[in-house]
Amino acid sequence: MTDLDVDALLANEDKHVIACCGSGGVGKTTTAAALALRAAEEHGRRTVVLTIDPARRLAQSLGMEALDNTPRPVAAAEGVPLDAMMLDMKRTFDEVVASHTTKERAAEIFANPFYQAVSSTFSGTQEYMAMEKLSQLRDSGKWDLIVLDTPPSRSALDFLDAPARLARFLDGRVIRMLAASTPGARRSMLSLMGASAAVFTRVFNKVLGGHLLTDVAEFTASLEDTFGGFRQRAEATFRALQDDQTSFLVVAAPEPAAITEAVYFSRRLTEERMPLDGMILNRLTPVEVDLSAERSLGAAAALEEADADDPVAAVLRTHSDLARRRAAEERVASRYAAACPEIPQLWLPTLGTEVVDLEGLRAFGAAAGGAAKAPVA
Amino acid sequence: MSATAPPVPRLHIVTGKGGTGKTTVAAALALALAGNGRRVLLVEVEGRQGIAPLFDAPPLPYQERHLTAGLDGGEIFGQAVDADEALLDYLTMFYRLGSAGRVLRKFGAIDFATTIAPGLRDILLTGKLKEAVSRTESDRMTYDAVVLDAPPTGRVVKFLNVTVESGRLAKTGPIGKHSRSVARLLHSSLTAVHLVTTPAAMPVQETVDAAAELRKADLPVGRVVLNKVAGTKTADITADQLREGLERSNLPSTAAQVAGLLTEYEANRAEIEAAGAYRDRLERLRRPIDELALLPEGVDLSGLYQLAGVLRKGLGPARRSIADAPSNPEGGGRD
Repeated sequence: MTDLDVDALLANEDKHVIACCGSGGVGKTTTAAALALRAAEEHGRRTVVLTIDPARRLAQSLGMEALDNTPRPVAAAEGVPLDAMMLDMKRTFDEVVASHTTKERAAEIFANPFYQAVSSTFSGTQEYMAMEKLSQLRDSGKWDLIVLDTPPSRSALDFLDAPARLARFLDGRVIRMLAASTPGARRSMLSLMGASAAVFTRVFNKVLGGHLLTDVAEFTASLEDTFGGFRQRAEATFRALQDDQTSFLVVAAPEPAAITEAVYFSRRLTEERMPLDGMILNRLTPVEVDLSAERSLGAAAALEEADADDPVAAVLRTHSDLARRRAAEERVASRYAAACPEIPQLWLPTLGTEVVDLEGLRAFGAAAGGAAKAPVA
Repeated sequence: MSATAPPVPRLHIVTGKGGTGKTTVAAALALALAGNGRRVLLVEVEGRQGIAPLFDAPPLPYQERHLTAGLDGGEIFGQAVDADEALLDYLTMFYRLGSAGRVLRKFGAIDFATTIAPGLRDILLTGKLKEAVSRTESDRMTYDAVVLDAPPTGRVVKFLNVTVESGRLAKTGPIGKHSRSVARLLHSSLTAVHLVTTPAAMPVQETVDAAAELRKADLPVGRVVLNKVAGTKTADITADQLREGLERSNLPSTAAQVAGLLTEYEANRAEIEAAGAYRDRLERLRRPIDELALLPEGVDLSGLYQLAGVLRKGLGPARRSIADAPSNPEGGGRD
């Protein structure tokens, strides 16, 4: 196992995108924000952090409460070339539609109830729009580095799969079949599909109510001739993530489910030939002293025999608990090194306080870039 | 705080911020509820297979499967509900689809339908819950309680509040009708949405926000579970006292050693004090609070039973449910 050199990565001028991926609750947003701040402050790179759903206090400290879907300078970090933005997926979707069609056609699409559903609640839309926004930011050329926080999906893989799934769905044969089988469409399509299509439309009209299928058909018909298909678009973004200018970082916590997820995701990135540059393990229990849990506990018990309330025993019990926790966490985390021995790692013990402001992000970034290194396995 | 004896909840929905341990708490709650000959169904809906490893069991199937024994004499069953399967189930039940179901699946139509109507997936999943809650077997309810490892706090209200979405998209058709009957159960006192948090600023904030959001949506907030609470010992100690104690115990007592141990101790103490403040904040939600200790070596099955024991104390004695309990508002219609 090698150490991940975060500072080298942040300073690397050939890298223009850093994507932080991982399952929910591992500190992905915090990591993304801290890395962006450090890139801007310590390495002087013009940086923008694109976050999806930051906790309120973190959003406040970055000045991202005003949700207008455009990057704004982080006011609290004066003089630092750092911008931040929070993704508004509905608005991003609207922008995509508006930029690819006439005003009249766009208005027609916006009014379609199915479009409203797709653009605000559709599973996969958030991932798709995160990619869309990423390519917009990239194309603008305004930043040296874009740090991307990925959506809080149920699985980290959703980030890679959801856009394609959405595209497949919107471009797919089911939707063509629907478009063909709604009133006014060419009959040939329908007869080609034969009886299955008939069953399909009959059942779904019954279950979902007829108007929904009509809405969908109209929606796709208006989209198809306006821009060259969702599928191509999603594929292009996907390919852009494969080039060397991008860097993926997998974020994890020392818990079995999070490590399993990190391993799956890392393997998948490798299979897809995505540039995976490292794994950051957050939330390790901090242990300051090299003294085994067993020795510490034994000494505490001996002291308590003489005085049950000996404060030294309380200190030693605390250490023993922490050391046991840390050992259990390291045991879980070592599964990652076993499964992905080639991937550099960085282990970060929890800082004293929760990271909710710029000061906290700075300390987090310093720990990531400086002193803390993964222990030798 | 005890209200005027509403019916005991039978559908327990466990949510929390990611990383707070909601799956663990859901599993422990199922164990706690499964006492005294009671049967409890533990369900997950996000395809993560988070439950099985806690019980050292192979991945959960779509069918209900026996998992383990409850805390004292009950039985736990587990199930991973999947929207595609639930839709096929549903179509088969109402339209006698037969082989057409397979055709639909081949065309990707099932995937299509569960993706097309954003609420549909959630209606199907919560519909399965409703079915399990109201199912009867001879003279008793099949399950005395159903526990759901629900989506995290950020998504749970959308997940539970199915009527709004479905009303908008599926105005006609049986899905609309079906979703309304599910919503009746979810908004009744037979349901309780429990909130899991850890003693830290962001999870506590999210819990407070979620409680407000649930109340606004008229969804019943149940218990608050404060999870992963560190030890309770806080005594004052100086560096000199500690050095002397270490020497007495024949442990290394260098300045670095003393300083390191004190840093750990003070950090732990700050955590304990902070937990107190968070507890006060949570108490203002005016819901019962259960406190679960941090298990230093992670959660295994024995640890789960230990946590279940704590939750049991908060829940009170276990009771068997009678099939025709008047508290069941669900008529038992086909929709």
